[in-house]
Amino acid sequence: MSPKMTLSCPMPKLDFDTITLGHGSGGLLTHKLLDAGVFNLLANDILDKQHDGAFLNLSGQVAMTTDSFVVSPIFFPGGNIGDLAVNGTVNDLAMCGAKPEYLSLAFIIEEGLSMNDFWEVLTSIKEAADRAGVKVVTGDTKVVDRGKGDQLFINTTGIGHILPHAAIDESRIEEGDCIILSGQMAQHGIAIMSIRDGLEFETAIETDSQCLNHLTSHLINAFGQDIKWMRDPTRGGVGTVLSELAKSTGLGIDLKQSMLPVDEQVEGACEMLGLDPLYVANEGLFIAIAKADRANEIIETMQAFPEGNHATIIGEVMTNHKGQVIMKSTIGGSRVVSMLPGEQLPRIC
Amino acid sequence: MKYLSEYRDPALVEKYLNRLHKITTQDWTLMEVCGGQTHSLVKNGILEMLPEKIRMVHGPGCPVCVTPLNLIDKAVYLAEEKNVILCSFGDMLRVPGSERSLLEAKANGADVRILYSPLEAVKLAKENPDREVVFFAVGFETTAPANALSVIHAIRSGLTNYSILASHVLVPPAIDAVLSDPECLIQGFLAAGHVCTIMGLKEYYPLVEKFQVPIVATGFEPVDLLQGILMTVEQLEKGEAKLENQYTRMVNKEGNLPAQKMIRGVFGIADREWRGIGTIPNSGYEVRDEMANYDANKKFEVAIEKASECESCIAGQVLRGLKKPHECSQFAKGCTPSRPLGAPMVSSEGACAAYYHFANAGELEEELV
Repeated sequence: MSPKMTLSCPMPKLDFDTITLGHGSGGLLTHKLLDAGVFNLLANDILDKQHDGAFLNLSGQVAMTTDSFVVSPIFFPGGNIGDLAVNGTVNDLAMCGAKPEYLSLAFIIEEGLSMNDFWEVLTSIKEAADRAGVKVVTGDTKVVDRGKGDQLFINTTGIGHILPHAAIDESRIEEGDCIILSGQMAQHGIAIMSIRDGLEFETAIETDSQCLNHLTSHLINAFGQDIKWMRDPTRGGVGTVLSELAKSTGLGIDLKQSMLPVDEQVEGACEMLGLDPLYVANEGLFIAIAKADRANEIIETMQAFPEGNHATIIGEVMTNHKGQVIMKSTIGGSRVVSMLPGEQLPRIC
Repeated sequence: MKYLSEYRDPALVEKYLNRLHKITTQDWTLMEVCGGQTHSLVKNGILEMLPEKIRMVHGPGCPVCVTPLNLIDKAVYLAEEKNVILCSFGDMLRVPGSERSLLEAKANGADVRILYSPLEAVKLAKENPDREVVFFAVGFETTAPANALSVIHAIRSGLTNYSILASHVLVPPAIDAVLSDPECLIQGFLAAGHVCTIMGLKEYYPLVEKFQVPIVATGFEPVDLLQGILMTVEQLEKGEAKLENQYTRMVNKEGNLPAQKMIRGVFGIADREWRGIGTIPNSGYEVRDEMANYDANKKFEVAIEKASECESCIAGQVLRGLKKPHECSQFAKGCTPSRPLGAPMVSSEGACAAYYHFANAGELEEELV
């Protein structure tokens, strides 16, 4: 864990300690909140203009994505809704083979949120944006009546240029390609679950929320078109993402249960709660499909990065059992991995 | 993982499988009673590894699946009309009632909460003294001690706003009912290891005696299941009918005596309706009369009209082991986990859901969407 930003970014002195409806009015209180907090903390040449929109210089192929974050509770082991909102959008761009550059940041705040909590979220946003190398260039703040929201919701939209050598396209996946997972599964979902009402259990399991763009940029620069496809298995987990892929491409996917990386504590928690780690959410993990003859080099490269140090091959693309993911169980049986019906666990991101 | 990987050891699995292939000389039909066992058999791909002559039939052992429709309707009514905080285990929430599930009631604004322990519900009752808290207490003998404990805690804390809607079913009467069915094809049983952990083995001797079938108390991991199947088939091949214990690391003859005492303190035995099967005499637990204030059934007078089941759903035949899930005309077509017609498609331990998730079914739904 990095040191708390609150040490280096002390909260400005304000004449209010909770956020009220007035802070979303667009009037004086909104300005007080933004001038004292948001603009100073997230300052950059584009945001500093304080216009309604951001002026951006874009040319060439660009990726764009948007995501809303409604995680409950907003603080959880290893992170909070703020860094989650940055990393989530940054990673969606990274999965397109893009270099994430600009973010928008929109808050929907339930009145009564303490300024301390809001400041802690903001500093996490700042820290996560710095780590990912993205600028927050525009934003919005709305406040809703008590009971009409759940403390804080955040929406982020991200834009970034596609890297010159990237060719992420599921139609390029073919038989024999290998399926690589960048790290251990199910950390985020279990971290959230461990502090949910009615379920608190003692654990040191933290969210895996982290930006993946530095690792994916490096991979694309080093291996170019041999990286054919990437996805971060957030809600629904690895099982759902691969099952969707098999269906949309009509290809078969073979998985080996014994190769799936799961931390022992996380595995224990899943066993206890009756959850299948294949369907538990992740926030700092990605699946890459690559040409098989480059697999070992790719794994070696990934393992040199902290966010890829558990990278491993988990399966292979096949042309038999078309449209299906078949997993070989540890004991040698096999079964279909289907999509998760409904939610295993609601509001985890 | 320690205490788990040993029971998923491929070498041991192979050893038991080889032995099973070697000794099986004729067709045998076995039933695993518990849905957790069904789930493990399908999830680990064990069914296809068994000798062809061995047919596993999936028993009624999913408490969520056999909870009667009108009890679900009652829970929905309490949540919607009586302003209670209705708590239950996650699986129960998705089971369709005659009009809607608890999850749909929640979406409409009812206060329905998913808990992992009934003691959490007692805590909720303490925190909300002006609201009624009802725990939908579903399960076999296994979960009965914890549910009984919640009532004991509530009494000790002097709470008057906590009650349970008990839907407890008992395994031995269900085995008796399955075997008494003239259409029954079952020649041997794997009894549910966790139920025996609480209740011990003594209730099963009379069944072995009466029906002359082998019963083996069996665990849930691949090695447990294969060993349990092997022990049953060994008996059948030798023409024996004995009670045996595969799950020796958890089960002894007497069971967990303090837990049994706790159950007896709060519950009495009563006739119980099993969804899809009908009423089985003495097959359920009911809160004792002297604790009627903690029995949501008695505390809230609710006249729920008896609703009728979906006609095309063959849950009853599946639960009695007469049909396999995929032999149903609605399987993966009109009935899927996201649009279930019957409870076995909902619960993670339901036989239909196990077949749907882990066997080749998803595509059929796709075609229809």
